Amino acid sequence: MSLLDIRNLSVRFGAPDAIPVVDGLDLSVDKGEVLAIVGESGSGKSVTMMALMGLIDAPGIVRADSLRFDGHDMLTLKGRQRRKVVGKDLAMVFQDPMTALNPSYTVGFQIEEVLRQHLGIKGKAARVRALQLLERVEIPGAASRLDAYPHQLSGGMSQRVAIAMAIAAEPKLLIADEPTTALDVTIQAQIMDLLLDLQRSEGMGLVLITHDLAVVAETAQHVCVMYAGQAVEIGSVPTLFDAPTHPYTEALLKAIPEHSLGAERLATLPGIVPGRYDRPVGCLLSPRCPYAQPHCREQRPALEPHVRGAVRCFYPLNLTAEVA
Amino acid sequence: MSIVLEARELTRHYEISRGLFKPNALVRALNGVSFSLEAGKTLAVVGESGCGKSTLARALTLIEEPSAGSLQIAGQEVAGAGKAERRQLRRDVQMVFQNPYASLNPRQKVGDQLAEPLLINTGLSRAERRDRVQTMMQQVGLRPEHYQRYPHMFSGGQRQRIALARAMMLQPKVLVADEPTSALDVSIQAQVLNLFMDLQEEYGTGYVFISHNLAVVQHVADDVLVMYLGRPAEMGPAALIYERPLHPYTRALLSATPAIHPDPAKPKIKIAGELPNPLDPPPGCAFHRRCPHATERCRVDVPELRLIDARQVACHHAEEIANRS
Repeated sequence: MSLLDIRNLSVRFGAPDAIPVVDGLDLSVDKGEVLAIVGESGSGKSVTMMALMGLIDAPGIVRADSLRFDGHDMLTLKGRQRRKVVGKDLAMVFQDPMTALNPSYTVGFQIEEVLRQHLGIKGKAARVRALQLLERVEIPGAASRLDAYPHQLSGGMSQRVAIAMAIAAEPKLLIADEPTTALDVTIQAQIMDLLLDLQRSEGMGLVLITHDLAVVAETAQHVCVMYAGQAVEIGSVPTLFDAPTHPYTEALLKAIPEHSLGAERLATLPGIVPGRYDRPVGCLLSPRCPYAQPHCREQRPALEPHVRGAVRCFYPLNLTAEVA
Repeated sequence: MSIVLEARELTRHYEISRGLFKPNALVRALNGVSFSLEAGKTLAVVGESGCGKSTLARALTLIEEPSAGSLQIAGQEVAGAGKAERRQLRRDVQMVFQNPYASLNPRQKVGDQLAEPLLINTGLSRAERRDRVQTMMQQVGLRPEHYQRYPHMFSGGQRQRIALARAMMLQPKVLVADEPTSALDVSIQAQVLNLFMDLQEEYGTGYVFISHNLAVVQHVADDVLVMYLGRPAEMGPAALIYERPLHPYTRALLSATPAIHPDPAKPKIKIAGELPNPLDPPPGCAFHRRCPHATERCRVDVPELRLIDARQVACHHAEEIANRS
């Protein structure tokens, strides 16, 4: 039984027959596993995790055959019961650390609040534990930072505090939504190292949401590539990067400047992600896909499992290729 | 080749008020940057936030006066130029910003926004302006019917195309692009970068390309200028710097940039800490507190740019690092 099990999740905004933002998504994360969800903006990667956390408000509609986390049914869990799970066993780190922290309270207070709410640790014990947590996330001069307000910290420091809050109650699964996108490269490297180190030492599951394939290549074990609300390819690192089976994954990889070294121009995927009004009848990638056949424009492919993962394509690439 | 942009010891300091009874503090946002740019070439300025790259962009585009140093645009000295001369200089330097939606007027049709530079700076008739706009729109990959649309009807990548088209309308000699692709998705980023290169080939414009991402810059740059806390750390031909970076900061930046297929021969260099407070910069080399090679001398002496191995490096220990690698 995996830690997180999502079956056929769909999220819509507005009418029940509106275009789904997330469409028929299946995911599972085991204890101690690092799963990356990759996709461009609007592909539904953040909404998936928001649905899991119960952060989708009306008019958003969440439907799923199963949305189970650690034995809890996250679809039906309400109020007090939900709050016992979310923030404790299931924690999240957001993209913008400046808006994730409350500007009116000190860093120490906000960490102590998590300890008080979820673990019942109060007073001096909470303060000692908060200090340990700040030291755990490698904040220099941690003792003096306990009484600092978020505006007194840099972006990288704030993100460390947000991580400290997320791991305060020793979660089983940590969701990191673009945790380093707002940070500088050298700080990004530090934060990714910290997240992976925590993941390993605590044995947490980690879901890493990102648009940066290079970050995935260096951190994750499994990848789910999303396009326009659907998972188009699921595979493991590094085989997915050596032999992508979906044309979209291949195009994403080629578009990275690293892959066009020495070439006159970068390889591109023409066009843009389909919007609400120009959604194709067939495969969602068919208008942009260089391999598209007439068949692709009429029928939507399903996510089919294969030897190395799963792919949503009638004519998958590299499947016959030998991968070491 | 003709030099279109030349900066010598360009400096910009800001005075920061610290309260009624304290003396004002001085932030040296830009501290003596020199370079020259040839027509049709690209200079990439790379560094983390707070290194002074946007201040440099503002000085180059005449948005702000430099505190000291000289700037020549197409051979014309900027300091001391009269009102009419400045007007001409502004035509010659155009800018593309990071967030295309914030840099376009939401209430004006795209076609009218593209025609505005022509309306202000040339005596072309309405029909001629329309013609020029249509030609440019086609060049940047927009369709004729987009003329009548408003910015909110476009995607991020298309908006950046519009912003680029507007900057190129007057066929400037220099284009300063401040993080033009960092708000875009990977597949769109590649399209926009290609467009930048296509237009440069067509018009022979000199680009100053500002970015925090070394991987993006590698593809477009002829020369690279790496900055740290307002000072150049390393500057030289792009190929050389990517092949064998000499400044410890350049090396750390290159190694911290994630890659799909990291070179196993180049071990990751970890650097600790963050950019120092610009109000209170460390004495000596600004990088010494994070540098793995720092010695006593680095804590006292500010390193000057020196010519080593065909590029300029501001590091006391560049030779040792060069010999070791």
